Amino acid sequence: MAKIVVITSGKGGVGKTTTSAAFATGLAQAGFKTVVIDFDVGLRNLDLVMGCERRVVYDFVNVINGEAKLNQALIKDKRVNGLAVLPASQTRDKDALNKEGVRKVLDELAESFDYIVCDSPAGIEVGAQMAMYFADAAIVVTNPEVSSVRDSDRMLGILASKSRRAENNEDPIEEHLLLTRYSAARVDKGEMLSVDDVLDILNIDLLGVIPESQAVLNASNSGTPVILDEDSDAGQAYHDMVARFLGEEREHRFLTTEKKGLLRRLFGS
Amino acid sequence: MSFLDYFRSSRKPSAAIAKERLQIVVAHERARRNAPDYLPLLQQDILAAIRKYVPIDDDCVSLQVDRDGDMEVLELNVTLGEQVRVARN
Ligand SMILES: Nc1ncnc2c1ncn2[C@@H]1O[C@H](COP(=O)(O)OP(=O)(O)OP(=O)(O)O)[C@@H](O)[C@H]1O
Ligand SMILES: [Mg+2]
Repeated sequence: MAKIVVITSGKGGVGKTTTSAAFATGLAQAGFKTVVIDFDVGLRNLDLVMGCERRVVYDFVNVINGEAKLNQALIKDKRVNGLAVLPASQTRDKDALNKEGVRKVLDELAESFDYIVCDSPAGIEVGAQMAMYFADAAIVVTNPEVSSVRDSDRMLGILASKSRRAENNEDPIEEHLLLTRYSAARVDKGEMLSVDDVLDILNIDLLGVIPESQAVLNASNSGTPVILDEDSDAGQAYHDMVARFLGEEREHRFLTTEKKGLLRRLFGS
Repeated sequence: MSFLDYFRSSRKPSAAIAKERLQIVVAHERARRNAPDYLPLLQQDILAAIRKYVPIDDDCVSLQVDRDGDMEVLELNVTLGEQVRVARN
């Protein structure tokens, strides 16, 4: 049985696509056959972050409409075994995704993959609801900032009431929090909500904390999921997060600023 | 702590303000999200009933259902404004 994981947030630009690419790549590195689907119809970007934009021939909507076979639309990753991308369409038709169509594609993917990762668009409209509807687990990507936290809480409400699991009275969707763009220095100065602040409010399992990092921009510039940049702080934080998702216990890192050197401590900074 | 920090610490850090505001708005939105469907109508009826006796604004009545285990409590808060007390004197 494939497990369907939605990467969602409510608020836009918080790091869903960055996370989808890193998480899916990490699962495949761990030996699981993984497909990552771009649900952001009209604004496809996952292909760029994954570095496969020039290999897109058919897309998710083509498959739903029967214009292409799933195998024709899936793009196999050249770096990591067992990883594939299903790109979004650039159609402007907002109703291109429908429950029945999405369900058929997910069912077919479930036959050959262990994990199906759904990169949700921003907002709480149809696109976002399609991405979360069939999910078994949700990773709620949140920035330590008021509107992002509030939107995440609204998204948790939707996950609990408008999903397939909720409508069929099954076990609820597994909920995980991923705090991204975290700056320990700003938290120390009292300028940014801390992990504990956000946990106090949202009260769900903390899967990981991804630091604000130059490595993320570098990675997207070159079309490499940041998790493949093993030396970077963000890459390592994503590795930890994948390991925790797979059941391993790992201590959270990058939550504190580096110890100040003696000189800087003496003269302040 | 440096000399400057001494002055800085008298101001509340903005993250603390953010947290307080979030706790309030999130609690409010959760209560509304989990509220039974009849709540808005009941609120209108209560407003109308009170208005037969006292003039009050729409936001003077707040209704909320709290759950505690198997127990459900309907909490009703009515705030009477300044002008009411003045009128009584
Ligand atoms: N940990 C991070 N450190 C620094 N920059 C980051 C980090 N995570 C994401 N970003 C940057 O934030 C921007 C938005 O990221 P991303 O596209 O992943 O967000 P999104 O939630 O998918 O956005 P949308 O809602 O538009 O789909 C990008 O420029 C990305 O490089
Ligand atoms: Mg995105």
